[in-house]
Amino acid sequence: MNQLPALARVFAYLSLLTVGGGMAAFPEMRILTVDVHQWLTSSQLVHLYSVGQLAPGPNMMMIVPIGDWAGGSLGAILVLLAFFGPTALLTFIVGRWWKRLEAWPWRTSIQRGLAPVSIGLLLAGCFTLAKGAIFGLETAAIAVGVLLILLQTRINPALLVLGAAVVGVLSFD
Amino acid sequence: MSDAEANPELQKTVELRAGGVSIARLFLEFLTIGATSFGGVVPYLRGSLVSKQRWLSDKEFVEMLSMSQSLPGLNATNMAILVGQKLNGALGAVVAILGICLPGGLLMFIVGIFYRIHGDHAWATGALKGVAAASVGLVLSTVVQLSKKSLEERLDYVFVVLTVVAVNRLHQSVLITLVVVGLMAVLWHRPRQAKEEAVR
Repeated sequence: MNQLPALARVFAYLSLLTVGGGMAAFPEMRILTVDVHQWLTSSQLVHLYSVGQLAPGPNMMMIVPIGDWAGGSLGAILVLLAFFGPTALLTFIVGRWWKRLEAWPWRTSIQRGLAPVSIGLLLAGCFTLAKGAIFGLETAAIAVGVLLILLQTRINPALLVLGAAVVGVLSFD
Repeated sequence: MSDAEANPELQKTVELRAGGVSIARLFLEFLTIGATSFGGVVPYLRGSLVSKQRWLSDKEFVEMLSMSQSLPGLNATNMAILVGQKLNGALGAVVAILGICLPGGLLMFIVGIFYRIHGDHAWATGALKGVAAASVGLVLSTVVQLSKKSLEERLDYVFVVLTVVAVNRLHQSVLITLVVVGLMAVLWHRPRQAKEEAVR
């Protein structure tokens, strides 16, 4: 069973949905990688995404293990190319035109119009994530705690995620 | 033609940095950012490109960031493409995105292998539960911060709610939601003059 073409297709498609951030593509990623292609389970996806928050660099590097599990090392490289190639090319092309589009009144309209939609997509992704991550009072308390601390302080988010891992080890087994 | 001639903003960049930015330096800088940017790339990008290397002015940085946010793709990789392009053309863009992706990608590759072997251990499931719950809080904080910054009118909140309902309740695909609600929102924010003409 060669999964490589499917991996390339799925991640190239997901790539175009990442308006406002990788999380925007999360609901669709869950459907395609878990339900349709069964490359991993729903809880594995939630775990990979969450652990990915601890890695440096762009925050969707969690797609690499999905590619690896479904298609080996080649699959891992392929999902990276598929997920970052199309948007990179688009950004490169638009980058050359952006300055010239400054006088085009619709540029502002598009930016202002896409802002609420991308926020909505992030929120939708967050709800999908929460379904696999919030199971009761303890997990909800961690989520709310992290939210409040991040809104009140300038602490590095990775430290909070790490702290939550420690809390998890101490309280959930 | 050189972009710097066509673009006074770029001219400033050329003055900002001493000498040209070689492909090797560009790659190394983005590799360093890719390896050290724990907890979100943007502050590290600014620290490196604006403060430390002085390859970009703060104004250019903010402009590129707002463009990165409007286009599909992650902020981190879009910024790598735009900065690489500005400093050393197509090859610059390629090495910048490679550099920023490589360390995290390799790390997650290794994490994936370990997770598959040890993910079921009691201490691991405990830690993963904590990490997953924290991630929800993390994404929510991004939503709140972005909303404060870019939602201007009451109707913008309606577009947010419409998007969430379409994806989570009506189970519409993200693509269809993006196109339909996006089109509505862009038309709502259509250029003022066009709006007045439409009224007339």
